Amino acid sequence: MANETIFATATAPGKSGVAVIRLSGAQSWNVVERLAGDIPVARTASLRTLRGDDGEVLDEALVICFAERASFTGEEAAELQVHGSVAVIRAVLDAIGQTGLARPAAAGEFTRRALENDRLDLTQVQGLADIIDAETELQRTMAMRVMRGELSDRVLGWKATLLRATALIEATIDFADEDVPEDVSADVDALLAELETSFRAELAGSDRRERLRVGFDVAIIGEPNAGKSSLLNALAGSDVAIVTDRPGTTRDLIEKYININGLPINFIDTAGLRATTDPVERIGVTKAMARAETADLRVFLYDGLEQPNWPIAVEAEDIVLRSKSDLQPGADISARTGEGLDDLISTMSARLWQRDLGDGLIARKRDVELVAEAQALIGKVRGSGGPFDEIAAEELRRAARRLQAIIGGVEVEDVLGEIFSSFCIGK
Amino acid sequence: MVFHVKHSDYDVIVVGAGHAGTEAAHAAHRLGCRVGLVTFRKADLGVMSCNPAFGGLGKGHLVREIDALDGLMGVAADRAAIQYRLLNRRKGPAVQGPRVQADRALYHRAITALVKDTTIDVIQGEVVDLRLTESGAVRGVELADGSEISAEAVVLTTGTFLGGVIHIGSEQRAAGRVGQGASVRLAQRLRDLDLSIGRLKTGTPPRLSARSIAWDMLDRQEGDAKPIMMSFLHAAPFVRQVACGIAHTTEQTHHIIRANLDRSAMYGGQIDGIGPRYCPSIEDKVTRFADKTSHQVFLEPESLSSDVIYPNGISTSLPADIQVEYVQSIPGLEAAEILQPGYAIEYDFIDPRALSPTLELGEVSGLFLAGQINGTTGYEEAGAQGLVAGLNAAHLVQHTEKTIFSRADSYIGVMIDDLVTRGVTEPYRMFTSRAEYRLSLRADNADDRLTPKGLEIGCVGRDRQKAFDAKMRRLHDVQHLLDSRSFSSHELRAYDVAVSDDGRRRSGTDVLALPGTEPVALARALFPSLEALDEDIVQVWRNALYRQYEVRQQNEVAALRRAEAVSIPEEFDYALIGSLSNELRGKLERVRPVNIGQAERIEGMTPAALNAVWSAVKRHSAGISRTG
Repeated sequence: MANETIFATATAPGKSGVAVIRLSGAQSWNVVERLAGDIPVARTASLRTLRGDDGEVLDEALVICFAERASFTGEEAAELQVHGSVAVIRAVLDAIGQTGLARPAAAGEFTRRALENDRLDLTQVQGLADIIDAETELQRTMAMRVMRGELSDRVLGWKATLLRATALIEATIDFADEDVPEDVSADVDALLAELETSFRAELAGSDRRERLRVGFDVAIIGEPNAGKSSLLNALAGSDVAIVTDRPGTTRDLIEKYININGLPINFIDTAGLRATTDPVERIGVTKAMARAETADLRVFLYDGLEQPNWPIAVEAEDIVLRSKSDLQPGADISARTGEGLDDLISTMSARLWQRDLGDGLIARKRDVELVAEAQALIGKVRGSGGPFDEIAAEELRRAARRLQAIIGGVEVEDVLGEIFSSFCIGK
Repeated sequence: MVFHVKHSDYDVIVVGAGHAGTEAAHAAHRLGCRVGLVTFRKADLGVMSCNPAFGGLGKGHLVREIDALDGLMGVAADRAAIQYRLLNRRKGPAVQGPRVQADRALYHRAITALVKDTTIDVIQGEVVDLRLTESGAVRGVELADGSEISAEAVVLTTGTFLGGVIHIGSEQRAAGRVGQGASVRLAQRLRDLDLSIGRLKTGTPPRLSARSIAWDMLDRQEGDAKPIMMSFLHAAPFVRQVACGIAHTTEQTHHIIRANLDRSAMYGGQIDGIGPRYCPSIEDKVTRFADKTSHQVFLEPESLSSDVIYPNGISTSLPADIQVEYVQSIPGLEAAEILQPGYAIEYDFIDPRALSPTLELGEVSGLFLAGQINGTTGYEEAGAQGLVAGLNAAHLVQHTEKTIFSRADSYIGVMIDDLVTRGVTEPYRMFTSRAEYRLSLRADNADDRLTPKGLEIGCVGRDRQKAFDAKMRRLHDVQHLLDSRSFSSHELRAYDVAVSDDGRRRSGTDVLALPGTEPVALARALFPSLEALDEDIVQVWRNALYRQYEVRQQNEVAALRRAEAVSIPEEFDYALIGSLSNELRGKLERVRPVNIGQAERIEGMTPAALNAVWSAVKRHSAGISRTG
């Protein structure tokens, strides 16, 4: 019934110089002993020969053991650094399975255990996931700040302010017959105003930060044969672009994820935007249109002399280009010769970069909603007239619970502690 | 083997006749038990050792809950009340707390009369030991004179007497109250059991002679013009009402105290016990809040028939001569005469995490603990525990279903859950902020919440039942009439009700719940046929006021009820859950939660650990049903 010991390769599948196999759970060291013959001193990289149950040599590996409470998951753990061959990895994994002491880990199970054992809080887990997914410098710096606890610290700060406001109200409720100030509303209001300001600042730019995390949407729009697909291929083929298959991103057939100058961009190719009678295709077109409408930026292409009437309105930030400059003198861009491509890339980068990311760190919808809900509850308490104190306190408790949900503890004892430290209670 | 069958002298013996003890004895009596109530002195039933008041914030809620279950405290407090004040009048009803100044002599007389009116035997003596069976179940008590009294269940309510030591400056003596002895041998006996025992302390101020106070120099605090009773059964005060005085300490007072801190028992290091943060001694106050230049002192008459004044706010363990000096530095008290010096008292308490929610001690079957022995402070907290222990002692003897209160139904439930789940780090006092469902757990609806439960248990008598039923019928009629008609915004404006023109029609009840209404006048204007009493209209208004929040909390309450429905068997072995940290396993083994809801509230419990416990318990019960 013990928390089972789990194992998995921590490195990407395929050939590599070194692959890391990770174990976590109470049997981790026993597994190491079975494979390596002994248990090396904790936190010391030790070279060992790994053998299967029949004594056959599997690999020479660097083995590192971690004690309970001094590992990533908080449990007893171990890492086996083996040669990164498909066959070696498979042989070692099989041998671990055959000990009967451990089972393969489910996706994300190591991190989940770290969370459950309080090694990481929720924001840090998210930061960690973002670090792993980070492909651009900006993604890396944002994710690193979150993973190192900057967001947690911020939320803890808000909670402390909220706790102070709640304690002021609770003091006037529970110690009404004591020597406490009778009217604390001005102090409470100042604290709540401070919170509202912080929340506003945190939320500003959160949609852009979310974009930075999952990619900006750029739609390429034009009539058939305006050169959209050629342009997309040229962009993907340019030396500043990295085209990736991103697992987990919802990808329509007409989307391409390209990293340009450190900016993650989902290009939406509206090549399929045409009147169609096929019902399935029509759904696709409707979706693409909707994505194009809400895209962060649109590139409009035309190959005639005049701009045609596009089904989507051109906005100030959008880029409008006349294509096929190799054929038409005076046009802006050519996918074939690459003329104008660099200009397009730098204009796109500049327009997306200049969007203000704000000072916030929150970049997830769930967190945005939680902060917004806390903000709304505080707004209710501050509203004109204001409710009875006990109802205000109730709303603030709810707000605190919202914030708590971002990181995972305002307890009654905390409130009482705050009261007793600030007021002389004792008739 | 021949079994010698001997009938017990009593079903239940209660040790101690203070607020917990009398309440426990009376509760067991109401359930039909033969009860023996053992006390040091027969003349000491319901003595108020500390401040002469009942109720207040959170505490008033407890008194009302005791009263709703037909207990003693509310009834006796009204008979003794010499000043009524409803605290938090300007806030909502959920956090209003009824409070009274009670005449010590009258309170004692009321409790004595209420006990005398029953078959409870009051036995004078000092309990020095427990009689246990070989299996460790309690079978009675031994008195200091060597005699034994047998019983099926014993409730210990030792207050501050268990290992009690009184300190005045550097003087100290074993005592549970001024002028009395302490339970030294019983304390030793309990220390021999495998229990975690700690020391707590509390203090009292010097008592002053009313005649020696310059009352005309002091502020006055009057009682309420329209007094709110403690008991649901009463309508008006029984005796003459009085005012209190308010004095203020000065810089000079603080200077005297600071200069003599080393002579204070508390600061001189003679006391190891932990005191409450909310009831600090005057030494504590001038030290911790050094920048405050003055503290309030409430001068509360202890009785209509005596000269004694209780100066609330200056409890102390300084030597008697220093007490005179600092008291006389307070304007208005320059000539004050001290009738009895203040003192600090240290006493034993047992870690309440060793108790089940019935207040039975896990280690000794049939032994129940209530009051300060469990680490609480206050008459009301003690009385409420006495009630719970008395009821459950009776259930044990009669083999009837246990009475367990929930955080969702009462302050009693909140308190007991806090005690048995979280334990105490300082003397535990009730606050409204401890009750997460305080908008619905109000002092005004304690009868509505708990009297039906009391009727089911069988601890509520006929008189109260009749009064309760009649009141509920009246409230129902008012509610029914109010809900029978709805009003448009336009109609309402004719009655001067400020309401937005949102096109909604509002029922009479919803209209009353709008902020800033005068419920009685408005209800009578909207419904000319309404003939209800003012207080009934107000009660319907109180119920309506928090309706939307109660609806919102229903999900939380439902989740709590679900978790509380999964019980954890007493013999459950936490060592079987390998994923638990040693720390958490230790806590679970100490607390022995009775259900998943309680386990969830243990400090440091993580969702993962709770899940592991939950599934292990499910497997455990499945295993039992398969094999058994």
